[in-house]
Amino acid sequence: MTTVDDWTPETDLGTPYVDGETVGVTIDGRTVDVPAGTSVMRAAALAGIEVPKLCATDSMKAFGSCRMCLVEVEDAKGVPASCTTPCADGMVVHTDTEQVQQLRQGVMELYLSDHPTDCDGCARGNCEIQALATRVGSAEVRYGLGQQHVEEATDASNPYFDYDPAACIVCSRCVRACSDIQGTFALTVEGRGFDSRISAGGTDFLSSECVSCGACVQACPTDALAEKSLVDLGMPTRSVDTTCAYCGVGCSFRAEVKGEGDDTRVVRMVPSKDGGANEGHSCVKGRFAYGYASHDDRQMHPMVRDTTADEWRVVSWEEAIGRVAEGFRAIQAEHGVGSIGGISSSRCTNEEVYVVQKMVRAAFGNNNIDTCARVCHSPTGYGLNQTFGTSAGTQDFKSVESADVVLLIGANPTDAHPVFASRMKKRLRAGAQIVVADPRRIDLVRTPHVEAAHHLPVLPGSNVAFVNAMAHTIVTEGLHDEEFLRSRCEGVDDYLAFIAREENSPESTASATGVPPEELRAAARLYAGAPNAAIYYGLGVTEHSQGSTMVMGMANLAMVTGNIGREGVGVNPLRGQNNVQGSCDMGSFPHELPGYRHVSRGEVRDIYESLWGVTIQPEPGLRIPNMFDSAIGGSFRGLFVQGEDIAQSDPNTQHVEAALSAMDLVVVQDLFLNETARFAHVFLPGSSFLEKDGTFTNAERRINRVRPVFPSRVGKDEWRVVCEIAQAMGYDMHYDSAAEIMDEIAATTPTFAGVSFARLDAEGSMQWPVNDAAPHGTPTMHVGEFVRGKGHLVETVYVPTTERTTRRYPLVLTTGRILSQYNVGAQTRRTANQTWHPEDVLEIHPADAEVRGISTGDRVELSSRVGTTTLTAVVSERMPAGVVYTTFHHPVTGANVVTTENSDWATNCPEYKVTAVQVGVANAEQRADGAAAQRDLAAQP
Amino acid sequence: MTTVWVPCDAAAVSVGADEVAVALEAAGATVRRNGSRGMLWAEPLVEVETDDGRVGYPNVSPDDAADVLAGRHESLGVVDDHPWLTGQRRVSFARVGVIDPQDIEGFEAQGGWAGLRRALAMTPAEVVQEVTDSGLRGRGGAGFPAGIKWKTVLEAQADQKFVACNFDEGDSGTFADRMVVEGDPFTLIEGMAIAAYAVGASEGYVYVRSEYPHAITALRRAIETAYTHGFLGRDVLGSGHDFDLHVRVGAGAYICGEESSMLESLEGRRGEVRAKPPIPALKGLFGLPTAVNNVLTLCAVPMVLAEGSEAYAGLGVGRSRGTQVFQLAGNVARGGIVELPMGVTLRELVDDWGGGTLTGRPVRAVQVGGPLGAYVHPDRFDVQMGYEELAEIEAMLGHGGVVVFDDTVDMARMARFAFEFCALESCGKCTPCRIGAVRGKETLDHVIAGRDVSRNLTLVDDLCTTMTKGSLCAMGGLTPMPVRSAMRHWPEDFDRSQLEGASS
Repeated sequence: MTTVDDWTPETDLGTPYVDGETVGVTIDGRTVDVPAGTSVMRAAALAGIEVPKLCATDSMKAFGSCRMCLVEVEDAKGVPASCTTPCADGMVVHTDTEQVQQLRQGVMELYLSDHPTDCDGCARGNCEIQALATRVGSAEVRYGLGQQHVEEATDASNPYFDYDPAACIVCSRCVRACSDIQGTFALTVEGRGFDSRISAGGTDFLSSECVSCGACVQACPTDALAEKSLVDLGMPTRSVDTTCAYCGVGCSFRAEVKGEGDDTRVVRMVPSKDGGANEGHSCVKGRFAYGYASHDDRQMHPMVRDTTADEWRVVSWEEAIGRVAEGFRAIQAEHGVGSIGGISSSRCTNEEVYVVQKMVRAAFGNNNIDTCARVCHSPTGYGLNQTFGTSAGTQDFKSVESADVVLLIGANPTDAHPVFASRMKKRLRAGAQIVVADPRRIDLVRTPHVEAAHHLPVLPGSNVAFVNAMAHTIVTEGLHDEEFLRSRCEGVDDYLAFIAREENSPESTASATGVPPEELRAAARLYAGAPNAAIYYGLGVTEHSQGSTMVMGMANLAMVTGNIGREGVGVNPLRGQNNVQGSCDMGSFPHELPGYRHVSRGEVRDIYESLWGVTIQPEPGLRIPNMFDSAIGGSFRGLFVQGEDIAQSDPNTQHVEAALSAMDLVVVQDLFLNETARFAHVFLPGSSFLEKDGTFTNAERRINRVRPVFPSRVGKDEWRVVCEIAQAMGYDMHYDSAAEIMDEIAATTPTFAGVSFARLDAEGSMQWPVNDAAPHGTPTMHVGEFVRGKGHLVETVYVPTTERTTRRYPLVLTTGRILSQYNVGAQTRRTANQTWHPEDVLEIHPADAEVRGISTGDRVELSSRVGTTTLTAVVSERMPAGVVYTTFHHPVTGANVVTTENSDWATNCPEYKVTAVQVGVANAEQRADGAAAQRDLAAQP
Repeated sequence: MTTVWVPCDAAAVSVGADEVAVALEAAGATVRRNGSRGMLWAEPLVEVETDDGRVGYPNVSPDDAADVLAGRHESLGVVDDHPWLTGQRRVSFARVGVIDPQDIEGFEAQGGWAGLRRALAMTPAEVVQEVTDSGLRGRGGAGFPAGIKWKTVLEAQADQKFVACNFDEGDSGTFADRMVVEGDPFTLIEGMAIAAYAVGASEGYVYVRSEYPHAITALRRAIETAYTHGFLGRDVLGSGHDFDLHVRVGAGAYICGEESSMLESLEGRRGEVRAKPPIPALKGLFGLPTAVNNVLTLCAVPMVLAEGSEAYAGLGVGRSRGTQVFQLAGNVARGGIVELPMGVTLRELVDDWGGGTLTGRPVRAVQVGGPLGAYVHPDRFDVQMGYEELAEIEAMLGHGGVVVFDDTVDMARMARFAFEFCALESCGKCTPCRIGAVRGKETLDHVIAGRDVSRNLTLVDDLCTTMTKGSLCAMGGLTPMPVRSAMRHWPEDFDRSQLEGASS
């Protein structure tokens, strides 16, 4: 069931699943078989008997506080709580005796004696207290007017939800959700006895440690914690299962809505318990920050203009599409087939990306298609393909639950991949250890109940030296898995000889990496000695001149220790955008057709040439940076950009702007008039994820359905727009539905052979490869054998980046992401997430700040060899000396004004993570500019 | 030079023992400090060493120093021969008041470490069997057989196990834990070392309430001494068994005397009751097998091992073996520690040892077993003090506290106090206790004021049923015990319908 017409709450079995041998119990005369250790409550629910409950929910361990679920067990004394009583074989339980009925009434009478009586004024409408009171047949409340909490004031500080203590029954579900599921420990119970109150650490929710993941709101059984949108809009009337469009975790959500058609309003987004990636959890972005879809900035109509100096003119879809087709054809007529190209988006669906690359290859007639994955995870695709044979991570997210040691490199999951971070933290709290290799002291170095075994502050640009030193230690200390290497890998002897060289030792590389050798050796021993050790990494690995080398270096490390091919191990990229994996899978690189098959392979081109009825160029087309260079050179003159803001997100903004300005026709399709649109001649409005029908593929290769919550607000799905451009250019490209596009993908791409919308609707989600060998998908890859046969050990020689610090530019700038904002901020800046991060700041070590006379809050000038910008400084011990850090969520910051064109040798992924810079207190004029910019920003709705 | 003994026990200090010690020293005596003999009615009780033994002088003030040294002060005679002591059967308190609490040699000279030495010569399973055979039951109040608990921990499979001593002595009218630790801390250390060896624990924790600063200091000093003498730490007495012992101080919550709350608190969390199962013996401190025992249980263990299970089991009544350290308090003429074999009657304790009320008025009620224990009516004073014997009259032994009230007591207010205490000290986790205690107090306020008396008494009774059967732990579950005992045995105190303005 994917769309529910009548809204109903999700089924709740009361306590989580446990594993165990099967035991049989009899409950109210019904027999049921469950794993030993299953609670009586859950067994009863499975037998179709719903035992009353308030503090129990199946996403959390039993707590036993509400005392509503008391039952009688034959031959046992007392009336145990069914949530905390495990089933034993032969147990006979009665859930509805006169005694338990009376006790439940007695407890309910106590609840109601301290609860608001006006249920009509309650926003939630599904308050469990109300329903339960009716059910247990609670008579009047006989207690006279005594102490109560019903006058306590609501805490409305959080922009997305309210806490109304009057309705709180102190069941601790919110506290437990915050600690057990989210792992933030922001909530607690203050006071004791009757004075026990839920508290966000003694302050209001907004000022607290709360990260607004929404777990507490979801857990609350009453009206005490409720979404503001629910209070405003009332109860939903139907729901649609879909997938979040933010980061690469790919959380499944139930969009709960009311109204039909264009009047549809999203009441709230509720994470799905059966979502493979998130299992019922969420973060502040996916849970709450969907309001941008209906933001006033959203562009609803196609627009054209002759020059970028002209005003935009709203036109019909026909006119806009005609203009695009004519313009592109005219350019090609004058400058050749290769003079135009397209850029697809990792934010769009697989189906949308597929048609864009098809348009370029079939209608444009060239391979000038690239994707924004170029600037984030292209080295992942390259590196893992070279070593393992597949351009993707090796595990599912669940795998981390079996890891004993986590090696986290260049990733900051608590900010960038929060839902996975919660899962990882849960495992760490259960005893697994973590090694953090990152220049910054990110949260996972030390956060409540998690402390890294080692923090290795690897200096930006020295990753390969670092990973080689890890492998060197393991190999020279004899900690490697000889058997795994000999049976499953190739290039072993050459690699072992290479890595054992003294130049790769921790001692020799220490000057480059900044990591104390003994600490590195200890971390290497920990990784090598663990039964299961898993590597997780992010853009701190890929966005370097040796990004691809580093990916291969990590693959080497996993192979050397045999940490590949089973649960709990592997090499796992944490993908930046929702569909980075999918957009790469769909053939949106200039050298690859869908499924990572090189365009030079005749047998692959044959498949598409016969299906599409065109000839496909056997030579790779232009990469994004080549497009820019060629544009400035005059040979590349027309560009179609879908859902990517290259003018803000790509490095060296001046160079990008020069390239865009040089083109004859720039076509932008987006939700908003973004920075790139300043250089566009045609603007085509896009659709938000709430309007899309299709699939996203997350970082674990999980193909999730995206379903339209309401019809496209701009009247035309993106894939239809693209098809119509192709048609207008004379190539007949037509589909009746997104499902039909997926059918074509499945028919032409072996790893997607078994995928269809119908199957995804039936199974929820599937992880590719999905084919005859793995009809339900592949959670863990390279089991028994690598996809390429033998794992390939690559000699990963460390070559320092050419971007060096000098006396003029003595600091290294590295960039990253923060929890509340996402990427260039186009979405999150148009939501209340602005509350937490209204501007990008420059983090700087106290020593670096002091010698420059910089204090927290100062406007500072940040300059590199290519540009200068100003922003606000925050002096922070999280930074190592010599390294500064900022985010790039706000266009006003222009963080990429200063980043260089250095890029990965194999994939051209930009070296965002290493820029030599100088920082100084801004002069008065710049300060004024900055202040004005901040005011403009604040004035944005 | 004359050697005198002045108690350093907090109860003696609170009535001037430190000042007395200074005065005696100034008067030329050699002052040594001992624990209290438990004759709190005689404190400060100064003992002067003579050839006949230590002669006791009760209720000494600093001004009396010269008289005491000159033998002119009122005397109890040789303290060891005093009938209040000779009539007792001191096991856990055998050395309390006799020795200098920090004198490890004195401790050993008086039989200390004999139990540990014998235990280390046995296998852990044999030690557990010995404790099982002794019939020793949990002195914290629950009365669970200590040997059975230890066996569960011993047989649990885990790399790390713990022993944890519950020294959060919060019951009103109880003070035995404090006095034994202040007066003879090595006995607790010995008991814990034996327990740790028996169950396979290499680490132990003593959880002590912050209101006991003297005991905390005494215990910490003694632990340090025990380490330097090889009774703690690596390879205890060359046995190959390691045992580290830590002291953790609570933050002032009665509920942390409940074992699972105590474990939560030890882990650094809010003191909140855990649902059972799992039991702490299998999943206790930090989720690992843990033997949680009360101070008095652990202080009985050295004697069980030193003299054998039969010697201990030879004392007592019914299924209640060995001795119980009774604490006489409240409106009583001779308050203090009375350690006797189980089976002594309540009447003997109150009348013979306690000497009746301090006010001289008739005894109207005695609360046995702390604030959650029943009020016992004088017509049941012939009950023998034992777990089952008290349960038969719907009362409980608890931690052995005996609090006496004279005939001026208003039992309706005492019932109300039970709810009030629960409302103050409830952890707030479960609903019957969190809300029920407040509602019980409020409803009894109505009764006391004479409003809707019979209806409200019915409501209180219903509430008592909900709390007894529905509460998560004994705090909420036992609060109705004093309430119902008061309502049952002193109904006249609840019949307020005749009050002016009252409505029935």
